[in-house]
Formats: sequence, structure tokens, C-alpha cells
Amino acid sequence: MPKVDGAPKVTGQAVYADDIDLPRMLHCKILRAQLPHARILSVDASAARRIPGVKAVITGQDLPIRFGILPVTQDEAALEGEKVRYVGDPVAAVAAVDEETAAAACDAIKVEYQELKPVMSIEEALKEAADEPIQAYTKRSDNVHRMVSYEFGDLAAGFARADHVREDVFFFQGSTHLPMEQHSAVATYAGGRVTLWSSTQVVHYVHRALSKVLELPMSRIRVIGAAHGGGFGGKTDPFAHEIVVAKLAMLTGRPVKCTLTREEVFYAHRGRHPVLMWVKTGVTRDGRITAMHFRSALDGGAYGSYGAASIFYTGTLQTVTYDIPAYKFEGARVFTNKAPCGPKRGHGTPQPRFAVELHLEKIAREIGLEPVELKRRNFVKPFSRAVNWLRITSCGLEECTEKVLAASGYADRQRQPGRGLGFAISAYMSGAGTAIYWNDMPHSEVQLKVDRTGVTLFCGAMDIGQGSDSVLAQIAAEELGLEPKDIHLVTADTDTTPIDLGSYSSRVTFMAGNAAVEAARRMRALLVAAVAQKMGVADLEEIDVADGRIGEFSFEEASVLAEEKFGALASAGSYKPPRIGGPFKGSGVGPSPAYSYSACVVEVTADARSGIVTVERVWIAHDIGRAINPLLVEGQVEGSVYMALGEALMEEQVYRQGLHKWPSMLEYKSPTFLETPEMHTFLVETDDPEGPYGAKEAGQGPLLPVIPAVNLAVQDALGIWIDEIPVTPEKVLRALEAKAKGEPPRFGPKVFPSVPYPEPIRVEPPDPGDLRVGDELEAAFPSSPRVR
Amino acid sequence: MLRLPRLRYLRPATAAEAAARLAELGTRAMFVAGGTDLFPNLKRRQFEPDTLVQVPPLKGLRRADGHFEIGATVTLAEAAAHAGLRAALPGFAEAAGLVSSPPLRNAGTLGGNLCVDTRCNYYNMTYEWRKSIGFCLKKDGDICLVAPSSPRCWAVSSSDTAPAAMVLGASVVLAGPDGERELPVAALYRDDGIEYLAKQPHEVVTAIRLPAPKGLLTGYVKLRRRGSIDFPLAGAAVALTLDGPIVTGCRVALAAVASHPLEVPEAGAFLVGKRLTDETISAAAELAAKPARPLDNADLTHFWRKKMVRVIVERAIRRAATPSVT
Ligand SMILES: Cc1cc2nc3c(=O)[nH]c(=O)nc-3n(C[C@H](O)[C@H](O)[C@H](O)COP(=O)(O)OP(=O)(O)OC[C@H]3O[C@@H](n4cnc5c(N)ncnc54)[C@H](O)[C@@H]3O)c2cc1C
Ligand code: SF4
Repeated sequence: MPKVDGAPKVTGQAVYADDIDLPRMLHCKILRAQLPHARILSVDASAARRIPGVKAVITGQDLPIRFGILPVTQDEAALEGEKVRYVGDPVAAVAAVDEETAAAACDAIKVEYQELKPVMSIEEALKEAADEPIQAYTKRSDNVHRMVSYEFGDLAAGFARADHVREDVFFFQGSTHLPMEQHSAVATYAGGRVTLWSSTQVVHYVHRALSKVLELPMSRIRVIGAAHGGGFGGKTDPFAHEIVVAKLAMLTGRPVKCTLTREEVFYAHRGRHPVLMWVKTGVTRDGRITAMHFRSALDGGAYGSYGAASIFYTGTLQTVTYDIPAYKFEGARVFTNKAPCGPKRGHGTPQPRFAVELHLEKIAREIGLEPVELKRRNFVKPFSRAVNWLRITSCGLEECTEKVLAASGYADRQRQPGRGLGFAISAYMSGAGTAIYWNDMPHSEVQLKVDRTGVTLFCGAMDIGQGSDSVLAQIAAEELGLEPKDIHLVTADTDTTPIDLGSYSSRVTFMAGNAAVEAARRMRALLVAAVAQKMGVADLEEIDVADGRIGEFSFEEASVLAEEKFGALASAGSYKPPRIGGPFKGSGVGPSPAYSYSACVVEVTADARSGIVTVERVWIAHDIGRAINPLLVEGQVEGSVYMALGEALMEEQVYRQGLHKWPSMLEYKSPTFLETPEMHTFLVETDDPEGPYGAKEAGQGPLLPVIPAVNLAVQDALGIWIDEIPVTPEKVLRALEAKAKGEPPRFGPKVFPSVPYPEPIRVEPPDPGDLRVGDELEAAFPSSPRVR
Repeated sequence: MLRLPRLRYLRPATAAEAAARLAELGTRAMFVAGGTDLFPNLKRRQFEPDTLVQVPPLKGLRRADGHFEIGATVTLAEAAAHAGLRAALPGFAEAAGLVSSPPLRNAGTLGGNLCVDTRCNYYNMTYEWRKSIGFCLKKDGDICLVAPSSPRCWAVSSSDTAPAAMVLGASVVLAGPDGERELPVAALYRDDGIEYLAKQPHEVVTAIRLPAPKGLLTGYVKLRRRGSIDFPLAGAAVALTLDGPIVTGCRVALAAVASHPLEVPEAGAFLVGKRLTDETISAAAELAAKPARPLDNADLTHFWRKKMVRVIVERAIRRAATPSVT
């Protein structure tokens, strides 16, 4: 079923933020830091202010209040007044009659800096800071941002029980989201109220940040999500330009627009963290995991963003993929003078997924087991509880694996040099189980109105191209016996729609979907009751709701009957996930009401002469729970595969002399259609008890297995291990050279740095059969420190 | 968004008039043909002319006594699709067909491709980025960021068709205010990243003449990351004549390994009088790769790019010798 917003998008009718052109609108440009690390000594904007056409210039003094997506890291300023922490950090902003004038004014602003030594790597960040740490609030002398350490179950006993133990080190390079649409925001200020249209994934959190920094109550701010040209996690933070245009609109009384250049999008970033990983696993002779110890060190860039959560994500989901009876996780994030990292599709989990899949394959070969077999022996079981208390409901790992193995002919593949297949699996969350700001309110709400205009559905959910509007329309239509086109949608507008927390963590179909089911069922009950009364039927079950009819009446007639009987017809539904986290501090990151599962086989050709790797075919199976819209699910799966291949083979967020090396779409290499291989997508339905109609997530999970599967296919083709991504031709040649010299046939990091991890929090594992959640679970552990 | 600066735009009717305009305006003006190279450069302020002089339509692609004469504003797409050219000089037609992407080939011209600006990833960046890292010799600065101890600029010649034309012994027709002259393509370039063209700035390229003797075998192989858009990381053009199995003539020229399209006469000369075997092809390719000097100013590592020159020269020789083999 095609998307409800497909036609407006392809015919140019959809209004993106940059399309908005209001009378008397001013254009804003932001002056950004040109040094990676420096104290600001002075900002002189007098020359800029004198340029004709310049209406306002603001600097750090005008917006001193700090914000940030997570309550624990309110470390960003819309304009930095004291110091800059990466090339691209915003310093001043201009509103002028056109973009050229605004740009000329930015160029005329003189900033005097005192240069500080930049920190450009994880290793450097772990050392004492040369001049001063990048962020003072950590109260540390190095550049460590945060560290966590947990031990679930008895690790020492687990390793003691193992017949074989192996350690490996891996590196996962950072990458950016590269959405087609650059970030853009337009603000107006009228009647004491700010209205902001923005290309954002998180209307609600932008609303909050504006309120905090502008010191206006939320009731005096309206945020509207404009038509969206792609986010992938890159528009999930509140951003400087959103606050700046609002402030400039307040100062000038005129509408103000700011559309970032592509280069600025690279600086806004919040992309994939580069992560160094060390993993040690013990297995029995027959390949059962007895214990795993996993360490990560994340290069966070200059600010917190989602980083405090990202650390957890590099550790927590290992246990919902494989059954690990004893698990220790130590994670750290450091600050560096680079654009801040954050959540990119898969948020913190593709990195460990990559490491663990390669690591288990190495173990399997060492103990003489077929790697797929070893992995299968350790798959988690449906309806079980992991050692770190995450609750697994439906799980289609086995079915997914069978599908891709059979379709690709993996087991009987012809071994030939230069051609190879790789297999990997993954799990991902269907929405974070805890809200970013702790509260007991719903995570998503839907309202329905039925009247002479038909059915209108109101929901704060932001369709970022993933199809959430289509899913909402489909759900309401399903419950009311209508077609999706019959449902009018009003979404992502803080004035007119009830809340949805945002399009992140694969939560919208699951949570807004559940809210929509509830609202639509309530509306249906009203319509059915009115029709039953008219028909003189006592048993409401006898009234059919289908094909545009309710009982004997058309939908329109039924709605008149209901309005006569009940007055204005409105209904509402909401969803709040059950509290799932275990009885320990820090259990709030990782729990999800349900996990999706994927399995993937990748086929490559790898040329030993040039080192060039070409992906020929991809088979991917995804446990979606239930596909509410199979076309959209396949689109998400294939989009994930495509994005993963870019990370596996090309994309690199690299810095040279303190600068992003190539903040341009031509130089930052990301694949095009031409590099996109043949894909075979299989949807596996496991009918999850918690999801709407049994649905789970599709937007992120399918990315995860593709990357390790590429590396494993290269290993299959050439007999070399590329223990880091991207797999560039040069790395392949270096590994082949090592192999030819009789050295280990490998390219990758050699050591994991020494990180001052704290003593672990030791957690008693649950009974794997204990599926209790919410009040029931809490009642069982009354005094436990549960931190969300 | 990045915007073009405000410009005066002139549309002279003839090439001579265009040349006269430029001669008069000097460095304040630049020619523009398809604009596919120039416009992005103007947006990033690689050049700051106040006037653009449109190259007038110089169309026509015809075969006349043993050579092709192609008007300078014939598009890359037109050249790549021309049946006669593809049959007689596949190496050249394919080079044209491998430039950038289909939409850009519809607008980009052959003349513009021969005159395309040299590239460097310290240079093809926005004004703001260059201001951050420090301006370089090629624009606004006084050092080379790739080779700081060097007094010159090493920006890379990135034309795909120039080496393909060079191996044919092609020439260009140049129009000045006072008349025309013909110049071998090999003499059009200088080994300098900044002053990369040897013609007078006001001379218009009006046509390119490609000798197409019977029995000439040609091939072009391009190395780039993404086949749908990228500039060459290296390119190898080969033209061969054979007498039975014996090579009677061979020219090899490289793209994107120096500041000018680089012909390597030693490689061609080596093959003359020999049969094409794995050994001779590999030895010729090794000779061809020797003078290639990729630096750390383009995609991937220069170490790898240097290695790949041999590989693509081998492939280009094979491709020329057996046109049907890809
Ligand atoms: C994304 C992208 C990818 C690209 N990839 C490639 C590639 O792979 N290979 C490649 O070779 N190029 C590539 N290009 C560059 C460009 O598209 C081509 O070189 C094209 O052929 C240039 O022709 P044009 O007519 O558009 O030239 P213009 O942009 O109009 O002009 C280019 C230069 O030549 C001068 N000029 C143009 N015509 C004449 C003339 N008749 N006489 C004198 N001077 C003249 C102009 O003053 C200007 O300095 C790429 C460009 C982009 C944006
Ligand atoms: S080679 Fe040197 S001078 Fe030339 S563009 Fe590059 S950095 Fe500038």
C-alpha cells in the first residue's frame, strides 16, 4: 500500500521548511568556529551591524542558557560565548534581508581567540588534557565524558567453566547520516508567541529546548514539524539554528529562516560514534557461551548529545541477541574536538554487533565449529529474560536465519577465491522503554474527531519519511472500516496535536500505533453503539464495521447517528510502555517492550589485485512481528541495507588538521543507486503480544547484521580479517600483504587503550523465565534503586 | 545554501567576439560553457570574476579525411553516444561517457572538459572551510597544504578526455580576437596546478580534432569510487596499432596523477615491436606507472592510487587490444 504522503512529495506539493517563504522574512546565517579548540577572547560585530540590510546580530551573550537533549548533559549553547570546541561550533548569528548579506555580515564579524590544543583521538582524550579539558563540567583532568561498568552474573565462574577463551580488538569508524534535506527552520514572533517550523525528528524536545533557552513557557511556543526530507537520527537533537531563528524573530519582529549548508549539516552531525572495542568470550567445547566481557571506548566529539545513552547501547543489547549467562560490560565516552556524535540509525548498537559477530566467527573457527552453527546454538529464546534483565518477547531469529541461509545457498556455497558469503544476525528495540525526561505520562497520544468532514486523526508523531503518517491512517482506517485515504491527518504540531515523543528509537509505529488503536477502538464503540440503538440490536458484536459501512448504515450516516446520540464525537488513546528495567541503577537504557530480529547473508566479490570489494547480493530476513504495511517495511529494510553498505565500505567521518576532511556530498563517499546490490528481503511475522496488531520495529534493526556480514564475506573470499570498518581497498591489500608474509592475515587495531573504568555495579541475574514487568516486577523488588 | 555570486553575464555571438570580450576584461571575466565545473567552483568562491562570457554554440561532430572534428560545445553525452565516434575511437567516446554523471554529461561540454580546473581536496571546499584550514597557493594563500615545502601547487588534472585525446595526437582549434590557431592537445597543458593551461586566457577552444586512422585501437579505463559520479582517481588512455600480433605503435597517457594529463612515451615505446603478452603488458604498465605522482589531496590514499596506476594501464592496454573485452 503506497504512502499517504507519497504523491505530495513526488509532485512537489509537500512544504519543507526551506520552502516556507513568509512576507518580510529575514535570512539567517551562523558564524561558526574556525578553530577546533579555543577560548573566545572577544567578538566584535560592529562592522557586521553597519552592513546595509543587516537587521540583527546576536552572540553568545544573547543566548547564555545551555541546553541539550539529555537532562544530564545540558552542555550546548545556541551560540558559544566562552569557548569553541570544534570547527563548526556556532559563535554568532545574523538576520539580514537576504542570504548573501547575512553571509557577508558573518564574514565581517571579528572573533579573537586564544588557541587551545585540540584533542582528536580516543587515545589522546584518555590522557591528561594539555591546556584544559574540552568540557569543564566533568570535573576531570582528562577528557573522559562518562563511564559505566556492570557485571551481570558471575563472570569469573563463567570463564572458569569455558573450554576456550578468546579476546579481540575492533574499531568501528564514525559516519554521518547524510539526509537529502539539509536542516532548516523558520520562526515567527507574533502576539507574544513564537512559532517555529523545523525539519526535526523531535518536535517535543525542540519545544522544550526553546522554552528553556528563550525563557518562555511552553504555552507561548508552537513547534510544527515541516515536511521532512530525512533524518536517520541526525535531527533528533534540538539544534542551535532552531533557537537562533526564534531569538532573531523575537528581536526583529520579522519571520526568520535558517537553512544549513551541506557543510553545516556535517558539523551539526550527531552521527555514528567511532568506537574501539575489546571483547573476550568463553565457550564450551560445543560452542555454548559461558561468559562475555565487553569493553567500549566511544569518541563522542565535543558535546554530550545522546552520548550518555550511546555508551549503554554499545553494551546492553548483546544479551538480547545471544544467550550470555554471565556478562560484564565496561563503557566509556570521551570528548574530542570534533562535531558531536549522537544517534545514527541503530544508535550505539551496530558497533558492538559488528565486533561480536566477527569475534564469534573467529571463536567458531578456532574450536572447529561451523560459525553459523555456533551462533545458532547461542540464539536467545523467545519469551525469556536476559542476564541483564531485558525481557524478550517474540523472537524470530531462527526463522530469519533459515530464510537467508536457504535463499542464499550459504551452506553449500562453492568456495572460490575472490567470491565469498558472510552471515550475521541482530536484535533491536521497538522503542525505548523509558522517556528521556522521566515522568509517568504517556509516550504517545492520539485523538480522533468525527464530524461532517469525516475522520481526522491528531497525533504529535513526526513522519520523517519512515511512513508513520501512513501507519496511523491505516490503523484508524482498519478499526473504523474505512480506507487510509479517508483519514485526514494532523500531525507534529504542538498546538493542535497531542504529544508523541518523537521519531527516534524505532518507537512510532509501536507506540503511536498502540495509541491509535486505542483511540480508534473508542471511536468505533461510539459509532457502533449509535448504530445498534437505531437498528434495535442488543449485541454490539453483531454490528459489522467494514468496507465503509457500520451495520446497515454508511459510515457517514453512522457518524450522524452517533453525533445525535453523544454530541461532539471525539476519542483519545495513549500508550506508555511497561516498566521493564531490572532492579538496579542504570537499568533504564536498553529495555524495550519488544525486540525486532534480523539475519543477513551478504555476497561479495573481492579483487585481490586492487583490494576493491563489490557487494553483489544481499539476503535479509527481518522479524517485524507483523507487517502493518509490508511495502513500507521492505522499504525500511532495504534502506537500512543500503545505509549499512555505505558504512561497511566507504563512509568515514575523518578529520585532518583539526577539520572535518571532506564536509561535502561529493568528497564524503556514500554509495549511490549504482553501488546498491540486488537485495532479497524476507519478512518474518512472529505476532508480538505487545505491539499494535503484533507489529515491531523495522527502521533500524535491519542495518545491524549487514556490516559484519560484509566483513565476513570478505574473509570468506580472501581469507583475511578486516577488523575495522570501512573496508577500504587499501586495508584489504595490507591484510593480503600480511598474509603473504606469513603474518596474521588481518587489518585492524592492535590494542585497546587503558581506560579508568569504575568498579562494576554487580547485578544478580534474574530467573530467565521471569517475565514480570511494571508494578508486578517492582513489587517483587521494593527497595531496589531503579534509575531511569 | 551556497549561492552563486552576483555576476554580469555576456552572450557574444561568435568565438572571436567572446575572445575579444575576455581580452578586454582580463582576469575579471571567465568563459563558461556547460558550467558544470565552473558553477560549483563559483559557489565555493574558487574564482571571483564579475563577468561570465558564454562560449557561443560551437556544435557539429563530423568525420573528414581521417579525423573527427568536434565543436567545443558538443556535450559529453553527445560525444559518448555518437555511433561513428564509438566505432572508430571507442577509447575517446568512453572517456567522455565516464565523466561525472548522466545529468552533468548532458550539460558539460568537451571544450569545458579539456579546460576543466585542476582539483585538490584542500581547494575544492567552501570559502569558510578554506578560511578555517588556512588558504593555499591556488586561491588566497601563500603555501601549499599538501606539500608545504614546495613552491608550487600540485592540484590534479582531472579531465578524462584530455589523456584520451593526447594518445590520438589530437589538437585543439583556438580562437583569439585576431584569428585562429591549432595547438596539439599535448601542448595545451602545463605542469602547474594553478596555471594549468598553456593557451592565452582569452583564447576560446572552438573545436577538437581527433585523428582516426584506420586500424587504430583505443581504450580508456577509469578508476573512481562511485561509477555514477566521481572524478577520476586515476585514468589510463591507450592507443595502439598492430601488425598481426606485433605492436607497431602505442601511446599511453594518464589522468589524475599529476597537474597535467601525463603521457608516458617510454611505456608506448617499450611495446613497439613486441607481442602483447601478460609479461609485456605488465612491464609496459610498470613503466607507465613510474612517473605517476599522486599526492594526499584526493580520495583514498595516494599509496593505493599509485599502486592502481599499473593495474588500470594493464586493463587499458587489454581493453584497446580487444575492444569487446571489458
Ligand atoms: C559532481 C561532479 C563530477 C564531475 N566528474 C568529472 C569527471 O569524472 N571527469 C571530468 O573530467 N570532469 C568531471 N566534472 C567536471 C565537469 O563536469 C566536466 O569536466 C565538464 O566536461 C566541464 O564542461 P563544462 O562545459 O560544464 O565546463 P564549464 O564548467 O563551463 O567550464 C570549465 C572551465 O573551462 C573553461 N572553458 C569552458 N569552455 C571553454 C572553451 N570552449 N574555451 C576556453 N575555455 C573554456 C571555463 O572558463 C572553465 O574554466 C565533474 C563535475 C561535477 C560537478
Ligand atoms: S596542491 Fe597545494 S596549493 Fe594546490 S590546491 Fe592543493 S593545497 Fe592548494
